[in-house]
Amino acid sequence: MSAAAPGTSKAAHGEAGPKKKKGPGALATAYLVIYNVVMTAGWLVIAVGLVRAYLARGSYHGLYYSIEKPLKFFQTGAVLEILHCAVGIVPSSVVLTGFQVMSRVFLTWAVTHSVREVQSEDSVLLFVTAWTITEIIRYSFYTFSLLNHLPYLIKWARYTFFIVLYPMGVTGELLTIYAALPYVQKTGLYSVTLPNKYNFSFDYYTFLILVMVSYIPLFPQLYFHMIRQRKKVLGHTEDYSKIE
Amino acid sequence: MKHYEVEILDAKTKDKLCFLDKVEPNATIGEIKSMFHKSHPQWYPARQSIRLDPKGKSLKDEDVLQQLPVGTTATFYFRDLGAQISWVTVFLTEYTGPLVIYLLFYFRVPFIYTPKYDFTTSKHWVVHLACMCHSFHYVKRLLETLFVHRFSHGTMPLRNIFKNCTYYWGFAAWMAYYINHPLYTPPIYGEQQIRLALIVFLFCQIGNFSIHIALRNLRPPGSKTRKIPYPTKNPFTWIFLLVSCPNYTYELGSWLGFTLMTQCLPVAFFTLVGFIQMTVWAKGKHRSYLKEFRDYPPLRSPILPFVL
Repeated sequence: MSAAAPGTSKAAHGEAGPKKKKGPGALATAYLVIYNVVMTAGWLVIAVGLVRAYLARGSYHGLYYSIEKPLKFFQTGAVLEILHCAVGIVPSSVVLTGFQVMSRVFLTWAVTHSVREVQSEDSVLLFVTAWTITEIIRYSFYTFSLLNHLPYLIKWARYTFFIVLYPMGVTGELLTIYAALPYVQKTGLYSVTLPNKYNFSFDYYTFLILVMVSYIPLFPQLYFHMIRQRKKVLGHTEDYSKIE
Repeated sequence: MKHYEVEILDAKTKDKLCFLDKVEPNATIGEIKSMFHKSHPQWYPARQSIRLDPKGKSLKDEDVLQQLPVGTTATFYFRDLGAQISWVTVFLTEYTGPLVIYLLFYFRVPFIYTPKYDFTTSKHWVVHLACMCHSFHYVKRLLETLFVHRFSHGTMPLRNIFKNCTYYWGFAAWMAYYINHPLYTPPIYGEQQIRLALIVFLFCQIGNFSIHIALRNLRPPGSKTRKIPYPTKNPFTWIFLLVSCPNYTYELGSWLGFTLMTQCLPVAFFTLVGFIQMTVWAKGKHRSYLKEFRDYPPLRSPILPFVL
């Protein structure tokens, strides 16, 4: 559930104050640069794909199909970021990163992919667009940070675009889940009923509703965390010279 | 006798919070905490962390002033640990919940299942057995809390009670819902499975209790001493040869038994989550033992013999 992944990465804080933490080793840095470059490229492909499809069709409708495969590939690839935290080459919380990535993966596979009927919904375009812009900025931010040459523009974009993109993404996500509900209820998708030998039941329809409800406490927390980060990171631009 | 002067500073802001003069050299940290409490009534001793260094470890209540590396004007740093609640209170609350909640489902109290099943009982005898085992388990825990355990710390942070109760009460409700459900399916291998499960469960309950008693006997009443636990005459304690925290080993065994008995996936989840948490605790305890005792038996593993 994130149009803009909250800046838990300490690489983001590094520019605001003296660097206290030792970075990852040389090999890890090289790997991470490659990873972030590839991800930036991937989301650029998705962006271009969306624009071209729009120009070709002349409408916003059904653009999902034109970028379905790269979206699935690159969004799922983000699971590696959890590993990066677990191994320690990225100084972020495994739990927080895990939560972020898995919520995106959940929306991509367990909602959009699994419930065909929502794929033509405009809400899908809403969150895909938000994710695409966010990720292009985020991954280029990480790339430049790792290379110690972070253009102020990228830093500014990372900590400013979310103001619009985050609510936009969340709206798209919620509308998509909501659109999926009737089909899930009708088909009993991913649901298990009693009796069965494991004495377990799961109602995916109720689960989706709970997921939607969980946005209420979670979204404001994440959003205001980013706002606070913005004040901290961008608020110091009068004190420190632009890093270039 | 030369008296000490004690000043207490806030560990974060370094503000002078309290100045005590004419403090006896043999005063303990506990006594100093009481004195500090007088000038700051909102910070009762249990929520005070007093240390020599702002970022250092908390001093113990038993530490004596003149034995600490301080001059005759001692400077201590204070951190507020937040509202505290006693361990006994937390344990009693978190264990009474599952006991009561499970019974609500067992007796099929209204608003849980379809109305036609209200106040009916299951036709499967394993369901009655499971209720007895679950209830026995939590009654045992309550009695141990009241009469057996000797706690190192009197209190824990208040927010823990909400966290812990959500965990215990939540899982108890989830398990109990399925085991006592009108559409419950008894174990595939029937009586054999249930009998084996019951034996495992009872064996591990006795084992767990034996370990609690052995640990209690290591520590004289009212003391907080720490000693290496060793096997006693009770065969259930011989597992100390291989494991540092056999209480957790037996606890895992009990829940594996209960999972087998009920053949219920939520019970398996509860067992898994509990196992993960207990492993974290066991590894911590094992590390403390190794740090504190040079002669700690090398053959022991934290929770699973040779494996973990």
